[in-house]
Amino acid sequence: MTLPAEFWTYLKVVLLVATVPAIVGFVIVLAERRIMGFMQARLGPNRVGPEGTLQGLADLLKLVTKEDITPARAEKAVHFLAPVLAVIPALTALAVIPFGPPVRIGKTLVPLWVADVNIGLLFLLALTSIGVYGIILGGWSSNNKYSLLGGLRSAAQLVSYEVPMGLALVSILLMTRSLSLVEIVRRQESTHLWFVFPGLVAFFIYFVSGVAETNRNPFDLPEAESELVSGFNTEYSGVKFAFFFLGEYTGMIIISCVAVTVFLGGWLPPFPNVKALEFLWQVPPVLWFFAKVGAFLFAYIWFRSTFPRYRFDQLMALGWKWLIPMALANILIVAFAILLFPGRTTGLVWLAWIFGGLFVAMFFLAKLRQKLTRRERLAAEPHPVEV
Amino acid sequence: MSDEKISQAERDEAADFAERAKAGAAAGLEAPGAPPEAHTLFDVQEMELNFGPQHPSTHGVLRLVLRVDGEKILEAKPDMGYLHRGTEKLFETETYPMGIPHTDRMDYVAAATNNHAFCLAVEKLLGVEIPRRAQLIRVILDELQRLSSHLVWLGTSGIDLGAVTPFWYAFREREQILDFFEEYCGARLTLNCMRIGGLPFDLTPGWTERVSEFISDLPTRIDDYEQLLTDNRIWKKRTVGIGVISAEECVEWGLTGPILRGSGLEWDLRRAQPYECYDELDFVVPTRQNGDTYDRYIVRVQEMRQSARIIRQCLERLEAGEIRGKVPRVIKPPADEVYASIESPKGELGFYCVSNGSNKPYRMHVRPPSFINLQALPRLAKGHLVSDLVALIGTIDIVLGEVDR
Repeated sequence: MTLPAEFWTYLKVVLLVATVPAIVGFVIVLAERRIMGFMQARLGPNRVGPEGTLQGLADLLKLVTKEDITPARAEKAVHFLAPVLAVIPALTALAVIPFGPPVRIGKTLVPLWVADVNIGLLFLLALTSIGVYGIILGGWSSNNKYSLLGGLRSAAQLVSYEVPMGLALVSILLMTRSLSLVEIVRRQESTHLWFVFPGLVAFFIYFVSGVAETNRNPFDLPEAESELVSGFNTEYSGVKFAFFFLGEYTGMIIISCVAVTVFLGGWLPPFPNVKALEFLWQVPPVLWFFAKVGAFLFAYIWFRSTFPRYRFDQLMALGWKWLIPMALANILIVAFAILLFPGRTTGLVWLAWIFGGLFVAMFFLAKLRQKLTRRERLAAEPHPVEV
Repeated sequence: MSDEKISQAERDEAADFAERAKAGAAAGLEAPGAPPEAHTLFDVQEMELNFGPQHPSTHGVLRLVLRVDGEKILEAKPDMGYLHRGTEKLFETETYPMGIPHTDRMDYVAAATNNHAFCLAVEKLLGVEIPRRAQLIRVILDELQRLSSHLVWLGTSGIDLGAVTPFWYAFREREQILDFFEEYCGARLTLNCMRIGGLPFDLTPGWTERVSEFISDLPTRIDDYEQLLTDNRIWKKRTVGIGVISAEECVEWGLTGPILRGSGLEWDLRRAQPYECYDELDFVVPTRQNGDTYDRYIVRVQEMRQSARIIRQCLERLEAGEIRGKVPRVIKPPADEVYASIESPKGELGFYCVSNGSNKPYRMHVRPPSFINLQALPRLAKGHLVSDLVALIGTIDIVLGEVDR
């Protein structure tokens, strides 16, 4: 019996696009609360199911059975559409993410992505920015001043961080000469070089912008519970709120997936050219992919429990005064490195060493500076302070 | 939205407006001006924003009426009284000892210092001598209370700025302090832990050891909070240069406590007008020069370290002895008026007590530090952003129970 070609596509849509965010979403919601609990010297949810594993399901049930309220003076249609707009583009974007190399099922070779679009990266950037409209419109249509402020903040954030994110990816495009995400991974495989090394600066810019784009700490200004009382989603309840929630977490997953695909070699195991580490190839590629994504999601959670929140204007200043100039300079440098050794990766390897050295130096300089300011501060403190 | 609905909304607004105009005219008021016309793109349209009383960052039921241009605050008007219980009037209706529990409900984050200030005022009227052991225990309770109040402040003002983790750390330690209070007097929050002329109970066995163990552990815990905040760049960005106020202005506004000391004036009633046995204790009054939110943060954190030192010294000096002075069974102070004040965690907490010779105060006026410090909020907030307002409410460290009484 032969299955029609569409069968696999539909199956993948169901499994990858619809199920992955749902399952991963449950896992991160629980993981976030448990990990934050651990970091904050408390337990976190551990009542529903063994060790709280069913907490996500319980939350979902609660949200689904809750009354769905639309404020009397809201823009009804927009109010209804905004959560949809927040979640659909995020789910659609998952379609172009390659979760692993093609696998052989029976006689057919099934690739683990729904579509290998040749404008993959552009498609992703476009969809992730559409997702922000959900937040802006949701904030505006609620007819609530706090929500409006949240929506406006989100708009400002979109404008300031979409640009550096795109520019950071441009420098990677110079290395791959392809927008297709599958091609980007293949290229990292053939050059034995993860782009995170020559693209260290781009990676940094991309991830910072990514955190800002998904409205997570320390850039969670549109929500800002302590300032705007949840901001754009104040007037949302029930399923619509769940949609915003799903949109936010899918956004996190997308940003992490793209970071892994573009910078960390997608499904490839680390150090592909080291003989001693060949046993790493025994691990299924899909697991490598999800492990890397998991590391990013952990970073998100870690940020949340560590950082205070930026202020609106400081956030814009960071975007425009630091990230965009940095991204532009980075493009120039990468372009030069590629032009110096046309057709070879020598330039990129050099770049990796230079950037790596620079980052290590900056790390130690920052440590030193921290130590000095701390010493200065302690010197100004009243003495004696010991008990 | 369909056209029909727009017109419905407009009709509502117009009707609402006409109604208000009519009500105003009936009350003899001037008719309000015409509703604002549609603005062009570059016009600044101000928005009125109700901040509270049900807002997570107003630390209770404070309401602020903001006039904002985008996020910039043009004017902030505090509106209080949501928690007013007429405490000052209640004092007049009950005998002196019965007043003490009412003071618990004023600054409910620091009940011991309230009890203390109230008792000090009545003791001053009576002219009672407090036994040394009672003095030392009172100071220990005061400083534990200062620690717990500062911990609440640290946690909540951190959470206001999005730093979630210090909150849990701070409350972990506060819980221990509350346990100490519970062991001492049975209550955790509204302590009622002092009596006119001394204390209600002596310490339970082992209490001092447990407290001293906690105190010796505390500096490392404070290091933990500082690790997360003090040198954190985002924390500094959010606090340095926010709500700057000079020492002169502080004095003009009557601001006391960490706000005054953060602006550079070394004024602490424990040092300036020593009560109980503070004059023999060795501690530093921390001050900073810039008078911004960051400096007030540093001052409070250092005060916590100093409180730990004070407690340690008091524990070392504790000796067996009386815990209540010679107080008549029925407290009837001579007709007189006194003012007694202490350094509460928030600033100068004073009781002005007028006695007419009966067993109830003729008048008891409270000088609440939160209320007087809150006055400066409109001055501090002007020109800052809505996000900074949250930081400013945190830095003033108000407790609405005390503001409204």
